[in-house]
Formats: sequence, structure tokens, C-alpha cells
Amino acid sequence: MNIGVVVFPGSNCDHDCQHAFRDVLGQSVRMIWHKETSLTGIDAVVLPGGFSYGDYLRTGAIARFSPVMGAVKTFAEEGGMVLGICNGFQILLEAGLLPGAMLRNRSLNFICKDVYIKVENAATPFTGHCESGQVLKIPIAHADGNYYTDPVTLASIKANAHVIFRYCDQEGHLTPEANPNGSLDNIAGIRNAAGNVLGMMPHPERCAESLLGNEDGRLILASMIEGLKKASQTPVAAAR
Amino acid sequence: MKAKIHVTLKQGILDPQGKAIEHALDSLGFKNAANVRVGKYMEVDLNEKDRAKAEAEVKQMCEKLLANTIVEEYRYELVSP
Repeated sequence: MNIGVVVFPGSNCDHDCQHAFRDVLGQSVRMIWHKETSLTGIDAVVLPGGFSYGDYLRTGAIARFSPVMGAVKTFAEEGGMVLGICNGFQILLEAGLLPGAMLRNRSLNFICKDVYIKVENAATPFTGHCESGQVLKIPIAHADGNYYTDPVTLASIKANAHVIFRYCDQEGHLTPEANPNGSLDNIAGIRNAAGNVLGMMPHPERCAESLLGNEDGRLILASMIEGLKKASQTPVAAAR
Repeated sequence: MKAKIHVTLKQGILDPQGKAIEHALDSLGFKNAANVRVGKYMEVDLNEKDRAKAEAEVKQMCEKLLANTIVEEYRYELVSP
């Protein structure tokens, strides 16, 4: 599969994503500079973590107007898989490809540590290798991961199983103490209504191989490859 | 024409920075201080003499980029030089 990793000025997890998809999972990866406007030949797009445009104004607020984002939007609307990690998630929110917004962490601290997240929905192309309710250990590294949305939208995304990951303790309990940043309802990752766009604050690319002592993130990235393979066998995707 | 724009978190949305400042003021003895809200202040020079047109443009800037209206509200004033 051809994975496109978008590089914004200030992205700093782009090479980690490249490494995880190319060297760990054996896929072909193309780095896409944010000034590019075509995603021809790309099977899935990754918006990596980092500090695009120095997080000026708001996280992701300026990156969402990068030339490449027009192509990413079209790609997503046509059903292409898009994964936004950390700053990538923030950009997807600002771009309106996912609902809601990020606030400063409740503690005001930049938090960089392993957290536990619960797989709330394993029936997605991003979580096919996981089991529903499975607890994964994945690191977070952000100052603005406090997910917020209005009550109507929150009720809707919960009712429609759009919440994919929630912060939990090691046993999978969704406690306030296990919520590192104050996110509404312990939300760590959500998908869009069509199911082809996922945003998550934790970094699966940082824990995708045994050399790093943790392979939980690999489940998500490998699920994505599997999801792409399945989708490429359906006529709709083949026509794209 | 100069636009003076204020962007703050909406009422009802937790402002952790405001809370931290509120606690600091309280510990300094400013017992009358409450509901501190932190925001952004921006000045934009506009090459536009027509007030109505300038106002429409500033509003668009706020809606499109300067504020995230899911969590923030904005207000502005236009000042002639």
C-alpha cells in the first residue's frame, strides 16, 4: 500500500510515521510536502504529530489552510482513509473533517507519558486487529488534547459509536484519574460518520516495534493496512 | 482603518489559564477578583475606508481563522486613524 505522510512546517513525527509504516510494516511511504496539491497514487493519508506553524493562533489553525489540505479533504470525502495523530488530529478538527475542538490541557502542562486507552469500537478499518474493550498502552505528548464538543454533537458521536478510543486505567476503567488532559468523556480518539477518518491524540507510531519495548501501536497501524487491503477489493475503492 | 479584535473562550467553557491566574490573584490578596478569562488580542490594519465593508471583512476573518467558534467568541472595534 502507498501511505502518504504529510509534512507541514513544524511536523516532527513525520519520520516516525514513515519508519513505522515503511520499515516495520513493509509498506511504501511517500512524504508529501504541505505545498503539494495532488494525492495521486496514495492509498491512505497520515497527518503526523508535531507543532505545525508553531501552534500559532491555535493548534492546527493555520495548517488546515495549507495547499495540501484541499486535496486531503477531497480524498476524505471520496472515502480515502485518513489518520490524524496528535497535531494531525488537531488539524482534522480545525479543518472540520472531524467534529469538536481542542482546549488546553486541564493541568496546563505539556504531558508526555504512556497512557492506557480502551478500544471502544473494534469494528472499524483502524481497529480491526484489536478487540472491543481491549486496553492499549500508548504514549501521549501534547499540551492541547482536552477534547471538547457541544452536548448535542457529543451525544450523537457516542450514540453512533464514533468514539474509538477513551482514556482508561490499566484495567480498562474509565475513571477521571485516568483522564490525562480533561477530555470530555475521556475521549482519546474519534472517527467521522463515514468511518474513513480517524483522529487520535496518542502516538501509535511511537510504540510499534519490540525494540521500543511496546508494540501496542502496531495493532492500529496494521489494522489500517488490513482495512486498506479489504477496501481495495471493493469496486468503489477500485474506481477511485 | 484599524481593527482591534478580542478572542476569548466562550462562557461556560473551562479556561484553565484563567483559573490559574484567578488563584494567583487570590493568593496575592485580591479577594475581589473572580471569573478571570484569558484571551487573545489582535490588531489588524485594513486598507479599506468604507466602515461597513471593513466590518464585513473583519467578521469573515474571525469566523474563518481568528476564532474557533466551537469554543471561542470574538468581538472587535474599528478605529479610524
